[in-house]
Amino acid sequence: MDLSDLQEIVSQEREMQRPTRINVCIAAGCLSSHSHLVRQRLEESVRESGLGEEVQVCGVGCMSLCCEGPLVRVDPALELYERVTPDQAPSIVAGLRGGAVLARRGDLQRPFFTRQQRLVLENCGVVEPERIESYIAAGGYLSLYQVLREMNPGDVVEAVTRSGLRGRGGAGYPTGLKWGTVAKSQGQHKYVICNADEGDPGAFMDRSVLESDPHRVLEGMAIAAYAVGADQGFIYVRGEYPLAIRRLETGIRQARSLGFLGTQIFESPFNFRVDLRIGAGAFVCGEETALIASIEGRRGTPRPRPPYPAASGLWGEPTLINNVETFANIPSIIRYGADWFASIGTPKSKGTKVFALAGKIRNTGLVEVPMGTTLREIVEEIGGGAPDGARIKAVQTGGPSGGCIPASALDTPVDYESLAHLGSIMGSGGMIVMDESTNMVDVARFFMEFCMDESCGKCIPCRAGTVQLHRLLSKIREGNGTLEDLALLESLCDVVKYASLCGLGQSAPNPVLSTLRYFREEYLALLSERPGPAVPAEGAVPAVS
Amino acid sequence: MIEIEQRRAALGKEEDHPSGDNRFRMLDASMKRHRHQPDALIEVLHTAQEVFGYLQEDILQYVAHRLKLPPSRVYGVATFYHFFTFKPKAPHTCVVCLGTACYVKGGQGLLAAVREQAERINHEVRGEGPWISVETARCLGACGLAPVVVFDGEVCGNVEISDAVERMKGWRPDGSV
Repeated sequence: MDLSDLQEIVSQEREMQRPTRINVCIAAGCLSSHSHLVRQRLEESVRESGLGEEVQVCGVGCMSLCCEGPLVRVDPALELYERVTPDQAPSIVAGLRGGAVLARRGDLQRPFFTRQQRLVLENCGVVEPERIESYIAAGGYLSLYQVLREMNPGDVVEAVTRSGLRGRGGAGYPTGLKWGTVAKSQGQHKYVICNADEGDPGAFMDRSVLESDPHRVLEGMAIAAYAVGADQGFIYVRGEYPLAIRRLETGIRQARSLGFLGTQIFESPFNFRVDLRIGAGAFVCGEETALIASIEGRRGTPRPRPPYPAASGLWGEPTLINNVETFANIPSIIRYGADWFASIGTPKSKGTKVFALAGKIRNTGLVEVPMGTTLREIVEEIGGGAPDGARIKAVQTGGPSGGCIPASALDTPVDYESLAHLGSIMGSGGMIVMDESTNMVDVARFFMEFCMDESCGKCIPCRAGTVQLHRLLSKIREGNGTLEDLALLESLCDVVKYASLCGLGQSAPNPVLSTLRYFREEYLALLSERPGPAVPAEGAVPAVS
Repeated sequence: MIEIEQRRAALGKEEDHPSGDNRFRMLDASMKRHRHQPDALIEVLHTAQEVFGYLQEDILQYVAHRLKLPPSRVYGVATFYHFFTFKPKAPHTCVVCLGTACYVKGGQGLLAAVREQAERINHEVRGEGPWISVETARCLGACGLAPVVVFDGEVCGNVEISDAVERMKGWRPDGSV
């Protein structure tokens, strides 16, 4: 495989293009509302009406607006149809010849679409995830070619460093720095791991990327492997994502047969193979050392760091672990340049971030915006606000490790530092909107129950602390709490936060602490003994610069 | 023609697993694919659960023996991960998602209703095990469709309590509603 072969595939793909393309979303969300039947009916109708030469039906990845699925988009007319049923499918084909379309027409000009800046998701809803040729036609694997032929590993690390990309898994560690550390580490073998164990309830960005554009992640991993000197990669996917697993298996097979994975890639000395590892339902395996233990076939318990995986990871060898979205950013950085990437976002947080918008909000789905966009823009303009005229009370980011941001702080720009300042975290990108009907003590208890169940049991602050925190929250929720319980709750949060071994325990108190900070009155209202007005009003929102 | 048939029959016999249970053949194939490496334990357990439905104790023993691992290690790993079960599956399963989005959209109430309905039907049926088992999921990643319930493997979004109850009524063995 060389550049001319790549171009050959691109031109073949162009020749196959029909003037009109009907795209049907075949990601998990739309599939569960039967988009496969819609696709089948569309194909039948095209055949029956003899339009085979002019119209093609394509199964594409996620078109973002998951709540209105199944979605169908007709190109190049750019007509969007929402909630399409199989029975309506023939009318869409008839509509191409001026017939009446029975399906509900959607508006591609609404802010939900126009306010997004798509970088990681640029191919989602455009390329066919099950065909590598479709990805190549969209410029895929060109970045890998460019890296292998024109850059040495040091240049790649330098470019990623210059781009300012930070880890999209939640903690926001500078990606270039991590790559540089692994590149410098000495070892017999080095490994690259893609963390696709998207355990945060309410987050589905990684699932969508893997289902819609799996090759992008594979290409990013291959570039990373070249930069750090690894020859083996693993993708650790949640067992709960069967479709993503299937698409990745297909993708790896296709990439291997075309020579983008395997030995002597693009006729260079670079070898790289990728294997899948399927998770078995343990949230803690999102933590990097626990994930490594799980890949090694052991119980997924974390270990103290240092040594960091960059020095001693999988089987004691230097290992690079990045999140799906981080890898998905890499091909764009190489293709459009580090400076272009660095021009997007805020001074400290570069690029875009994909959020999974869900909960009490009109438009649920995937949203990709430049860093520094305010929460209000995301929730009210793009998301369309709460349905049925309800008022938004809080936005929860970062899942069980994050916090609840009150409506009064919605003007905060989204970047790693601002969210941390508010007592939440960027997290992997789940964003759950809550309205006035949600009780915040309930929310805190919900997350604590989650952490209690998911605690691996290795360290005591987390194992026992989460149980006690949950017990206290339940007591307060049931109206039996006292002011002493509240004080105990706060001090115990402190212990669990600072004494736990890994990120799960260290961040488990975050939902409690943030709800206590902004919605303290809801806790106080539930106490059995009502305090007097002397209680300090810590519910005030701090000023955000 | 007959010769081919005979040969095929003979081959089939040859490929039978010594235990007489051909599901072990699939399990063996999975272990062979991973070259009996101990680090493939989780992958092998996935296959075992897929072909046997659940992880019986003797299966765990068998895997331990073939991968040359202490049984404690195999048991330890199998019990650590939520995905593995040690009880046979009921004829019908109902998985209620309790992810944050589903929670905010009333997943708890839905779960209570589903549990109540399952109990009612299980009480009517009274077999060896439950007729319907109700499970919960952490998050199915279909948050745009919250609340989500998986009825016998089929993911359904925007589920109302009445939909769920009707659907489960249809699972009664006699088909009565």
